[in-house]
Amino acid sequence: MITFEGVTKRYGDGTVAVDNLSLQVPTGAITVFVGPSGCGKTTSLRMINRMIDATEGRILLDDKDIRQIDPPTLRRGIGYVIQQAGLFPHRKIVDNVATVPYLLGWDKKKARARAMELLERVGLDTKLAGRYPFQLSGGQQQRVGVARALAADPPVLLMDEPFSAVDPVVRTSLQDELLRLQSELHKTIVFVTHDIDEAIKLGDTVAVLRVGGHLAQIADPSTLLAEPADDFVEGFLGKDRGIRRLSFVPAGGVAVRAERDVPGWSVVLDGDDRPLGWRAGGSTGPTDTQAAGKDGLLPFGTFDLEKDSLRAALDAALLAPSGCAIAVDGDGRFAGVVTREALDEALLRASGAAGPTGAGSHG
Amino acid sequence: MNWLIDFFGNPANWSGPGGIPARLLEHVEFSLVALILSMIIAIPLGLLIGHTGRGAVLVVVTANAARALPTLGLVVLIVLLVGVGTTWPVLIPLVALAIPPILVNTYEGIRGVDEDLRDAAYGMGLRGGQVLMKVLVPVALPLILLGLRVAAIQVVATATVAAYVGLGGLGRYIIDGLATKDFPSTIGGAVLVAVLALIVQLAFSLLQRVMVSPGVSRRAAKAR
Repeated sequence: MITFEGVTKRYGDGTVAVDNLSLQVPTGAITVFVGPSGCGKTTSLRMINRMIDATEGRILLDDKDIRQIDPPTLRRGIGYVIQQAGLFPHRKIVDNVATVPYLLGWDKKKARARAMELLERVGLDTKLAGRYPFQLSGGQQQRVGVARALAADPPVLLMDEPFSAVDPVVRTSLQDELLRLQSELHKTIVFVTHDIDEAIKLGDTVAVLRVGGHLAQIADPSTLLAEPADDFVEGFLGKDRGIRRLSFVPAGGVAVRAERDVPGWSVVLDGDDRPLGWRAGGSTGPTDTQAAGKDGLLPFGTFDLEKDSLRAALDAALLAPSGCAIAVDGDGRFAGVVTREALDEALLRASGAAGPTGAGSHG
Repeated sequence: MNWLIDFFGNPANWSGPGGIPARLLEHVEFSLVALILSMIIAIPLGLLIGHTGRGAVLVVVTANAARALPTLGLVVLIVLLVGVGTTWPVLIPLVALAIPPILVNTYEGIRGVDEDLRDAAYGMGLRGGQVLMKVLVPVALPLILLGLRVAAIQVVATATVAAYVGLGGLGRYIIDGLATKDFPSTIGGAVLVAVLALIVQLAFSLLQRVMVSPGVSRRAAKAR
């Protein structure tokens, strides 16, 4: 647990970068600091590993004031990932990853073995180990940056806009990779970004900061979308808050009809029970499904009943002319049909859950 | 051409205290000592100023002042001060000549390292000295070596002034040759100095290949 207690950073010229910040970063979860430029999010992050020292207030790392730890020692116990990866150009990839183990005095063989293990872990080919940073793409360099931060297995990881310099496709895969890694490693991660969508995707907790270094709101993403604390947060979250919040409501609660027919439409399946499309008109006999093929079928949408969110279910309904979503199981096999009425009911319940009882924001 | 053949073909020029091997050795000795002295002064100073960011004004002032210094005038001045019989009259001006390129390039090399890289190094938990020696120096090495190369070539070319104050070196062929209108000697000496400068250039190219990481010079093969 990282605790900020009334932390202020004031520069010599009187500029206040962070103003009386108090918050808690829970252990084993991802906490995202998000906000526009000049909101002090990076300064707040860098105060945790003492790259910047706070002017007032305290930062506690598991109840220990970080001011009592000498900065290099503190930093060796905290993984740090920055925007441009910041790999050492003169060192091979494997030695870049092993930087902190070397500093901690591990023997070279053990440090390198650990580095190879981490390269695999972050989804890199170990053949890249002998290359130099300039020979890697931006996305690969960023993965190496993550591997380097994890090398000495620190409990805390600080990530300062790590994915903002790569293209959107690579960024999405890096985000997914981070979530996968986190599900295995359970690190305490502080992640800084200016991208609210990234914050909502990655954060277990999202702290929204406003210019001047004030904390505007800290909450889980679903609460944030449902109940923005003020106009600033609401504006920062952008449009479609209602729809985006549905990503956090599991689709499992929606009423599924385990039949292929709805009034005026029916679902056509292949021999393996996978949906092929919607057919206008009444019921089709089980025999003609194969023969019909894809001819005359209309588009459809599916969602995974176990894994997907209500947003995916709604999206699936909107894709089909029948207005109904097709539910499938984990293997993509037909599980049933969700009608618009059933969706309406689920949506109503979801917005109810976001109401006054939907968990407090900050307190 | 005939003058060159006259000079290099004369067996008398290849032996004794005034012979080419002896003069060459003297020349290399002056140059090497001067270069080492200037490295001892300029490299630590450049590293320190580049790393801490303090005293950058000193670099600029030293560089400009030293560039404006007339080498030959300095040689004569020091002879007047310390007298003949020592090598200081030639060493001090050569050191003064070599310090600016070494100091400026070392300083610029260190200061020019990407801020993100410095940040990452501190963020990993390297201490100040480790950041300097393990990250900044290896990355700045091409520029530092460039400064040394420029200095070395200037020193080799300028060490000829030793002859003005009666010291040895290849300058003797040039200056004595001019004094006695022995043009083969003058030309031959000039050619020897030029060849020596080229050898220095080549040596530094080799040094660069050996010392600079392929990751910095970017000459590592793409596939491995």
